[in-house]
Amino acid sequence: MNTPVEPQSNKPHRLPPIAIILGALFFLGLMGLMLYGVSRSERPDRDSLPSALIGKPAPAFSLPVLHDPSVHVTGKQLRGAPYVLNVWGSWCPTCRDEHPILTRFAETKRVRMIGYNWKDEPSEALRWLEQLGNPYMIVLADQEGRTALDWGIAAAPETFLVDGAGIVRWKYSGAITQQVMDEQLIPALEKVEAANGGHKGAPDLGTLR
Amino acid sequence: MRYLGGILLWLCLATAALAQPAGDPTPLQYRDRAEEARFHALTAELRCVQCQNQSLADSNAQIAHDLRREVLKLMHEGRSDAQIKQFLVERYGEFVLYRPQMEGSTLLLWLGPGLLLLAGAVVLVVHVRRRGRNVPASAADDASQEEREW
Repeated sequence: MNTPVEPQSNKPHRLPPIAIILGALFFLGLMGLMLYGVSRSERPDRDSLPSALIGKPAPAFSLPVLHDPSVHVTGKQLRGAPYVLNVWGSWCPTCRDEHPILTRFAETKRVRMIGYNWKDEPSEALRWLEQLGNPYMIVLADQEGRTALDWGIAAAPETFLVDGAGIVRWKYSGAITQQVMDEQLIPALEKVEAANGGHKGAPDLGTLR
Repeated sequence: MRYLGGILLWLCLATAALAQPAGDPTPLQYRDRAEEARFHALTAELRCVQCQNQSLADSNAQIAHDLRREVLKLMHEGRSDAQIKQFLVERYGEFVLYRPQMEGSTLLLWLGPGLLLLAGAVVLVVHVRRRGRNVPASAADDASQEEREW
């Protein structure tokens, strides 16, 4: 170090330009990855996983109706028209946030709204609906939470869109905002309706009883 | 210490933005110690679907309780570890596996580190060889060059 006889003559010790360019590209790539990660982190659904059920048949189930546990509803009975399945519980504060948005959407009567009351006390669930209003055509009660595993439910609220053939077409984890409604659920529903030959699934209660 | 506890609690609450229901408090019943060991080994390799950086064995989320119960039930039904993993993957996706299966989409994940190591080794060998060719000529007139940092 202290004998600089020929300071500029150590040619083999200098990195070739290609290595510098490659290193710079690698570094910029890492920076880009970091910026992408940071920009993603502010999205509310950053932790939500893609559903394994998209494009697959909805799981077969038979669940009691919250308002009348002697009546059971099966997945087969719901076929024939698309439906939205909304997972909620009276213990879930985020479900309160999405409730007005779901109610406004339900009032358009565009699609059947099925409530999925998950791991809840029936009396509490009924009180919740009484206080906030019931946007659902029918509410299924899964008190034990066994069927929820078949649906791949991890936390409430979660919302599924199932088409008339019983295929899961869309899923959202977390509270539905107006933006999610306008940009995701309604376009997904339009697609399902278009595939169904423009036939809009009229709410059909008759098949349930 | 008290502050730290408060901060930890706050952090837990902040990440668990989605709430949890109350659950069945009865502990899991193992048939024997071998089963218990197998259960712990299996759930340590499965990922909690809600608290995503915890294993199914560690997580206290309600869904993790339910899934542990289901895993034990499937074990009692005589299903193999692979079948239980398949059961969970069908419902919750590949994400639940801490050790993902080897397939097209995960090939880079599995082989990437090896490829990087190989690339580094190739660069090193090329570099050392090139230096080896140049050094003998200059080493004769400047012995101190070898000590020099490059």
